[in-house]
Amino acid sequence: MIKAEHLTKRFGLATAIEDVSFEVGKGEILGFLGPNGAGKTTTMRILAGFFPATQGIAVVAGYDVFKQPLDVKRRVGYLPENPPLYSEMKVDSYLRFVATINGVAKSKIETQLEKVKQRCGLADHGKRLIKHLSKGYKQRVGLAQALIHDPEVLILDEPTIGLDPKQIIEVRELIKSLAGRHTIILSTHILPEVSMTCQRVIIINEGRIVAMDTPENLTSRLQGGELIEVEAAGDVERVHGLFKDIPQIRNVSVGPPSNGHFILTINVEGKEEVRHLISRRMIEAGLNLYQMKVQTMTLEEIFLKLTTREEGAA
Amino acid sequence: MRNFLAILKKELQALFVSPIAYVVLAVFFAVGGYFFYIIMSSLVNQAIEMGFRYQQMGAPPPPIDMPFLVMRNFFGILSTILLFLIPMITMAAFAEEKRRGTMELLATSPITNTQLILGKFAAVLVFLLVMLAPTLLNTLLLYLYSEPSFPLAPVLVGYLGAFLLGGALLSVGLFVSSLTENQIVAAVVTFGIFIVLWVIDATAGMESSLTNETIKYLSVLNHYEDFTKGVLDTQHLVFYLSFIFLGLFLTSTSLDSAKWRQ
Ligand SMILES: Nc1ncnc2c1ncn2[C@@H]1O[C@H](COP(=O)(O)OP(=O)(O)OP(=O)(O)O)[C@@H](O)[C@H]1O
Ligand SMILES: [Mg+2]
Repeated sequence: MIKAEHLTKRFGLATAIEDVSFEVGKGEILGFLGPNGAGKTTTMRILAGFFPATQGIAVVAGYDVFKQPLDVKRRVGYLPENPPLYSEMKVDSYLRFVATINGVAKSKIETQLEKVKQRCGLADHGKRLIKHLSKGYKQRVGLAQALIHDPEVLILDEPTIGLDPKQIIEVRELIKSLAGRHTIILSTHILPEVSMTCQRVIIINEGRIVAMDTPENLTSRLQGGELIEVEAAGDVERVHGLFKDIPQIRNVSVGPPSNGHFILTINVEGKEEVRHLISRRMIEAGLNLYQMKVQTMTLEEIFLKLTTREEGAA
Repeated sequence: MRNFLAILKKELQALFVSPIAYVVLAVFFAVGGYFFYIIMSSLVNQAIEMGFRYQQMGAPPPPIDMPFLVMRNFFGILSTILLFLIPMITMAAFAEEKRRGTMELLATSPITNTQLILGKFAAVLVFLLVMLAPTLLNTLLLYLYSEPSFPLAPVLVGYLGAFLLGGALLSVGLFVSSLTENQIVAAVVTFGIFIVLWVIDATAGMESSLTNETIKYLSVLNHYEDFTKGVLDTQHLVFYLSFIFLGLFLTSTSLDSAKWRQ
């Protein structure tokens, strides 16, 4: 449904994205994950036809974005990073305008309008001026605008930004419910968002794709390492240097004490068992051990790892 | 066509909710009315004085075509008022769309640049008509109190001239607005270009070389002159229409190239 091949975009001398290639199948939800300035918005703008790539090919819904832009634009709903709203318009007339320029038949505009307002929780806001809406509601109007012509492909740049936690959950549910019938690309730097909504994740950093996989696979791919959380009590000072000679242990951090207990988070490389070594050392050092548990890494940590590693290399 | 109408409607809505539009209209009516009054009274005074002078010489005063003089002076003043007000009508056209990010909506919707530009141009033309239409009242008054009554066709030609001049200036304004994100910058630059267009024939030398002729040809006011006299000449019609076409074409080029620069 969406195919990007070797996309590169330069702004003058600065390279925003370099050699970005990926594919999204029909009905799939793909998440774009990356820190600020990674190139998420740039990639999405190219796919939506806002500006052309310096190099590379993008095909959306079977049409080349650069050669047949109108065919692509008719089939794409795009929510830019900042919702593109006319503040002096009322929600209804704004959505009617967007519907019209997106080619929704006149007879269908009203039903579409009611449908998207219902979906985006705007049913009671049709008569409100957009400038009087709160940020979260403006974001919903932006989303409604992207959905109004029932496009095959949705490109959503940070769709949950500015929403309160309850609304975030609602919008995620909405996006999930759209999958299947619609093909969706969304970007975010909120990590749980991708694992919750997306079937596949692309992690992008400094304009390059660093990883591309399902959230589960990404987690297990880095199962090379794990985190061990240890609850203990005693003289915290004795922890320092305690595990120096265990080569698998990368680093140890000490959390804030509570009820006289403190939490150690130990980052271990590889899958080799080291818990027996840790417990023995701690007891030998006169510390009391209360609990020890292994955490599999969350996507968030993978993400941090991937990006910090990239930065280190640069 | 549907897209064009959608843009036109949206633009008109935007124009008529903005306070700038009402300020422009108010200033236009106030200044236009004031000058109409000044023109009338000074011409009447002149006529009376002239009548006295001829009386002293014992000769009958020659006939004066008052309506003609009033209208001609009025159209002259009108062009100057347009010079000041048109930058404010067009400054927001594209600059505001870019500033608030709605250009991203338009540029990713299945509409063409031509539809977008023509829609916006049509909207500012409608605004120009809304400005000009009420001044017909002045003409009407003049018509009702003129003895003998004067032919209306030359007046309408004058209005056509004002409309074409306005259209040409509006197309320049749209072009400048498409170059920047800042509407104040757009207004100032547009105004600067208008001033150059106003005085450009003063920079032409006396001898008739090709450059001088070209410069004179470019003067938007030279072509306006005949209209104010009620003379309809296709040469001037062609000038304004090509001018407008060029302005809109440059706007389209600028929008296209902005895509690559962004
Ligand atoms: N119009 C532009 N002109 C020059 N540089 C730009 C332009 N747009 C983006 N960039 C640069 O391209 C890089 C990628 O930006 P982009 O907006 O795609 O990042 P992003 O991943 O969307 O970041 P964020 O999470 O902050 O939205 C950045 O270094 C940015 O400074
Ligand atoms: Mg972004």
